[in-house]
Amino acid sequence: MNPLAIEGAAEVRALVLTGYGLNCEAETCAALQTIGARVTARHVADAIADDDALAGHPLVVFIGGFSFGDHIASGRVFANRLRYRMGERLQRHVEAGGLVLGICNGFQTIVKLGLLPGLEPGLQQRVSLVMNDRLGYWDAWVRLAVDRASPCVFTRDLPPTIELPSRHGEGKLVFETGPLRQVLEDRHLIPVRYADETGAPTERWPDNPDGSPGGIAGLCDPSGRVFGLMPHPEAYLYPENHPHWIAQREAGTLPEHGLGLHLLAGGVRAIASR
Amino acid sequence: MTAEWSCAKQGPVAQRSAEHPHETVPELCTYRLEIAVRPDLSDALATATGAQLAGLHPTGLRSRKVYWLDLDISPDEARQVLAALTDPVAEVGAIGALADDFGAPAGAAGHPWLLTIGFRPGVTDSVGTSVKRAAEDCLGRALRGQVYTGTTYAIWGLEEAHAERAARELHNPLIERATLERSPRPQAFAVPRAGGVHEAVVATVALGAADDATLMRISTQGMLALTLTEMRAIQRHFVDLGRDPTDAELECLAQTWSEHCKHKIFAAPIEYTDPDGATRTIDRGLFRTYIRGATEAIAAARAADDGDAPFLVSVFHDNAGVVRFSDADHLVYKVETHNSPSALDPYGGAMTGIVGVNRDSLGTGLGADLLTNVWGYCFGEPDFAGQLPPGLMHPRKIRDGVHRGVIDGGNQSGIPYSRGWELFDARYAGKPLVYCGTVAVMPVTSAGRPTAEKVVRAGDVVVMLGGRIGKDGIHGATFSSVELDESSPVQAVQIGDPITQKMVADFLTEARELGLYSGLTDNGAGGLSSSIGEMATFTGGADIDLALAPLKYPGLMPWEVLISEAQERMTLAVPKDRLEALLELARRREVEATPLGEFTSSGRLRATWAGKPVLDLGLEFLHEGTPRVPLRARWSPPARPESAPAAVAAVLGEQRLADAPGSIGHDLLDMLVRPNMASHEHLGRRYDHEVKGLSVVKPWVGARQDVPSTATVMRARHLRPEGVILAEGVHPHYGDLDTDAMARACVDEAVRRALCAGARIDRLAALDNFCWPDPVQSDKTPDGEHKLAQLVRCCEGLRAACEAFGVPLVSGKDSMKNDAHLGGVKISIPPTLLVSVIGQMPDVRRALDLAPIAAGDLVFVLGPTGRHLGGSELSRQRGLVLHGVPTTDLAAAAARYAAFAAARDAGLVRSAHVAGRGGLAVALAHMTLAGELGLEVAVTDELLRPVPEDMSLTPAEFLFSESTGRIVFTCKPAAAGELTARLGGHGLQALGQVAAPGEDGGGWLRVRRGAQTIVELTAAALRERFRPAALHGPPAPLPARAQEVQR
Repeated sequence: MNPLAIEGAAEVRALVLTGYGLNCEAETCAALQTIGARVTARHVADAIADDDALAGHPLVVFIGGFSFGDHIASGRVFANRLRYRMGERLQRHVEAGGLVLGICNGFQTIVKLGLLPGLEPGLQQRVSLVMNDRLGYWDAWVRLAVDRASPCVFTRDLPPTIELPSRHGEGKLVFETGPLRQVLEDRHLIPVRYADETGAPTERWPDNPDGSPGGIAGLCDPSGRVFGLMPHPEAYLYPENHPHWIAQREAGTLPEHGLGLHLLAGGVRAIASR
Repeated sequence: MTAEWSCAKQGPVAQRSAEHPHETVPELCTYRLEIAVRPDLSDALATATGAQLAGLHPTGLRSRKVYWLDLDISPDEARQVLAALTDPVAEVGAIGALADDFGAPAGAAGHPWLLTIGFRPGVTDSVGTSVKRAAEDCLGRALRGQVYTGTTYAIWGLEEAHAERAARELHNPLIERATLERSPRPQAFAVPRAGGVHEAVVATVALGAADDATLMRISTQGMLALTLTEMRAIQRHFVDLGRDPTDAELECLAQTWSEHCKHKIFAAPIEYTDPDGATRTIDRGLFRTYIRGATEAIAAARAADDGDAPFLVSVFHDNAGVVRFSDADHLVYKVETHNSPSALDPYGGAMTGIVGVNRDSLGTGLGADLLTNVWGYCFGEPDFAGQLPPGLMHPRKIRDGVHRGVIDGGNQSGIPYSRGWELFDARYAGKPLVYCGTVAVMPVTSAGRPTAEKVVRAGDVVVMLGGRIGKDGIHGATFSSVELDESSPVQAVQIGDPITQKMVADFLTEARELGLYSGLTDNGAGGLSSSIGEMATFTGGADIDLALAPLKYPGLMPWEVLISEAQERMTLAVPKDRLEALLELARRREVEATPLGEFTSSGRLRATWAGKPVLDLGLEFLHEGTPRVPLRARWSPPARPESAPAAVAAVLGEQRLADAPGSIGHDLLDMLVRPNMASHEHLGRRYDHEVKGLSVVKPWVGARQDVPSTATVMRARHLRPEGVILAEGVHPHYGDLDTDAMARACVDEAVRRALCAGARIDRLAALDNFCWPDPVQSDKTPDGEHKLAQLVRCCEGLRAACEAFGVPLVSGKDSMKNDAHLGGVKISIPPTLLVSVIGQMPDVRRALDLAPIAAGDLVFVLGPTGRHLGGSELSRQRGLVLHGVPTTDLAAAAARYAAFAAARDAGLVRSAHVAGRGGLAVALAHMTLAGELGLEVAVTDELLRPVPEDMSLTPAEFLFSESTGRIVFTCKPAAAGELTARLGGHGLQALGQVAAPGEDGGGWLRVRRGAQTIVELTAAALRERFRPAALHGPPAPLPARAQEVQR
């Protein structure tokens, strides 16, 4: 499906929250604009101060970056601030059918806020994202295997695998003790996993850069409308972002647009088509 | 269980603010919070730390975060804060302490050592700032006091001596404190509070009657780095005024006149004597004659072509150079060095280097949007095993710390890196060179004004923005202007706080687009004295009240407030009618903004402390009063004889091929493992190079993305096709033979790299960064005249090359005292020039990289190969002294590049790479690794004799010569004819052919000489040597000096 030809995309309004050390606003806005959505970038402080900030924006994006420097733990300070000042509004947004996408620091934040995995009402943190097994930040492209049976609206039109840049130091998913992991597996709430050359999920470095069990690279809630992942779809915005784009150009296989757009397009299409 | 908190009287803890400068908070309570990873989960920090301590063989190791809340909160509130800080899934926390053996791994028997590392008083603790913010969020009110942070390591299985060694290994005593306790440990609530309750005092310095010895003692003891001539000029000035200077005035002059700020060596008239005794005078100094001279000549030459849109928008007078890019944007570029602080505290010094140069670009014109960073480091040999002079850190420890500092500074600021390189030489063990640079994109106009121009008017308010002032970085500017020795000041080291700066940068972008300020500059070297002193020249004066400046802790003297180099601060000029809007936006963005005074037209820089006079200096004396002292330079070419012919022949001779077939291949493999040639991908990927989504040709290219790119390319703005290209040249080893040749080689390589990737040849600009050993003759520097002559020759080569290629120098920096004098040993760096080129291309979709594309394509080398092995990697590898340094025929190279760029733009070139360090052999190895295709190369008689009158080269000389001016490229066979027609007159020679991958499915390189195969290697074999060792190997040898470990 062509991410640049979504019927009704121009009616889809997306809110991109910025500030506090977040830093992916430009590429996230450009990617959404390329798909044709109407994007508003707004400083978190202004959104917190405005009770109606989320109204009329069916897609809210928590972008990548280092909110408050990742001090204490990634996303921790930001998630707490959201919990105290915006938590209820975000819950109402999701209950009313709104979409939330968290990318990298945004994923860490909505996990620690308790929006994900979202198995029950209320903001309860039941999983976490912790330091990579190989300590430190790592920037490399990864291959993701997509679970086509997942309810996730962002990934349902993706091909079986997709390549994206990944760059983080705290991306290893850990679970509360108990059966939670099996519940998430059974309900297909793990839409994307790090994969090896054959497309099979992997725990092996560097195909899996953080040591996440089962290669888990993202999670969604049971509605499929709240989705977070560690890799950066918004940074595969142009075909020239791909590490092998020159070889693709010379071989005549260069795509017309960055393939990361497909993932954002899934969310926009889900809104436009209802 | 011992007490969980302490509210005992701990003396008054003062928090001063602009509104309440003299208010003190009563008692605060101290709570110690300890948070550990859930015992059944892996602890990645402990794993990495254990690897670092592997040589000590601990049987177990776990880490804990420690926060000392020194806040006005109740025990119940402290528990709420603990809950807010602890991850409910992955962590366990306690107020006071977790059990000593909490989380003991299997196999860890007995009681652990508990090693706690925290900061010394006054050291920037940005995590502490965030914890305080989180506590305020949690409790819903503003809090007084501070939070201090640290890490506790529980280490099992070490005897006492090894535990102490672990403590030494894991902390830097200049900035950190280590406490080693044997379980069971006592509870400790001491926090590293800084500051005191001293009254602000302004002292006068009795200069009037001082003799020369006294003047020098004042300069040396005060860390002023002023020479006798300068001290006398200051003395005379104040005698004429009929008074003595205040401490603040003397400090302000010392900062402003420092080598770091004033570039006195580049400004001085120089008498230069050639080896044959011929003497000439460079009256206008090196900067005006060669650097600005080159740029003015180039600007004049291109004026007719540029018309109304000159390429050079702003050069030399602002914080960074500005050149024209598109209809919407200019480009801003600056590269800085941060050498001295990085020698003392590699992490903090290097982080301050990167966030500091970010502020340079941020503070150019009315501000610019930061686009990408570059870095380059010169270190001592990482595997050095000898005895270091006391006071020096092992080069590997410096290397690790520098990388971590720039990684954290760049990543947390959301700025990708493009270029990164490392060079190693034993002479960098005394002072590492830490280059950090930033490219920014500046909108041509913002809020209806040309963004490149500051428009400060008298009456505009002086506003300090960002971090608070502490004693950190006091004397940084003067410290960097002297050699490193045992008395180097600890407080000269600052630690950056990237997140505070990121919030400042975001705020400035908003404020710029709203037109809320009329000018800005960063607070770097010299602090407020420099930033306000410089900005005061726009209107002709400024009046400020230093007592208004927000402090990190009380007890600073007015002169300290004036010259502190505390980080993350900008100084703004704000029109009075915009002040309220600016302050209101700053409050909303949680950025501290404080009016300190206003710009005037009085001709004077004046400072008071709550009304009391502190400083009153005429701007003319401050900026123009520095005496220009003539310097002498005398050039003598290096006298070291070449190695014996037999030794040379054993490496480079023709006979070698017969005696030891395949030995050239072994030399290539041995070269790839050398620190200067090996891949540092394992470090490079710790830096973000993808954020912003603009990358086109990344730092790492090729089928496996592990080969350093020839040049990098990125978009400058989203949804637009124009690209920015970055490349550099740095060749200190050529400088050992001739600095003129070094400068030519640096410009040539940087330009050549940019052209390979697709840069327009008429839109290149360059930056010069000189790092030199002290070139002023003195008792300590008996060879100063020679080193100054090396500098003169370097400048001559730089100007010649820039003019030949039409590449203006738009910004630069010099660091002139890179010597260490420790324990009677002097270590001076080799003269080092870095040339950084910024190029442009109209459409990134036409970019090229170095990877060969398809089997059947042809491989050419453009440009002749001469016998240029002087200063080469092979000469160092094989221990040879050779004199033939590449000299660069500039006119021929310029014509060649123009022809190449035209052929490239005609679509005839499929991939392109430079032959540089390591020569063609290494270039071909890179292409083999990147393409994972075969490369079949034939060394013909024509290749060995490119210039008819020259003596033929041997194959080894041909493959390892580092002749400049050469491009290796591939093309489709059908393009060969047209390429020959276009480039035949510029030294085009067929080198070979691209072929299918080998039986293992990977690339290979085969070089033949006639019927004989002289190199045959697979990409897998090359990669095995090229791939680096792990970042954290076994622990570095410890420096031979006592370090404090509290017991």
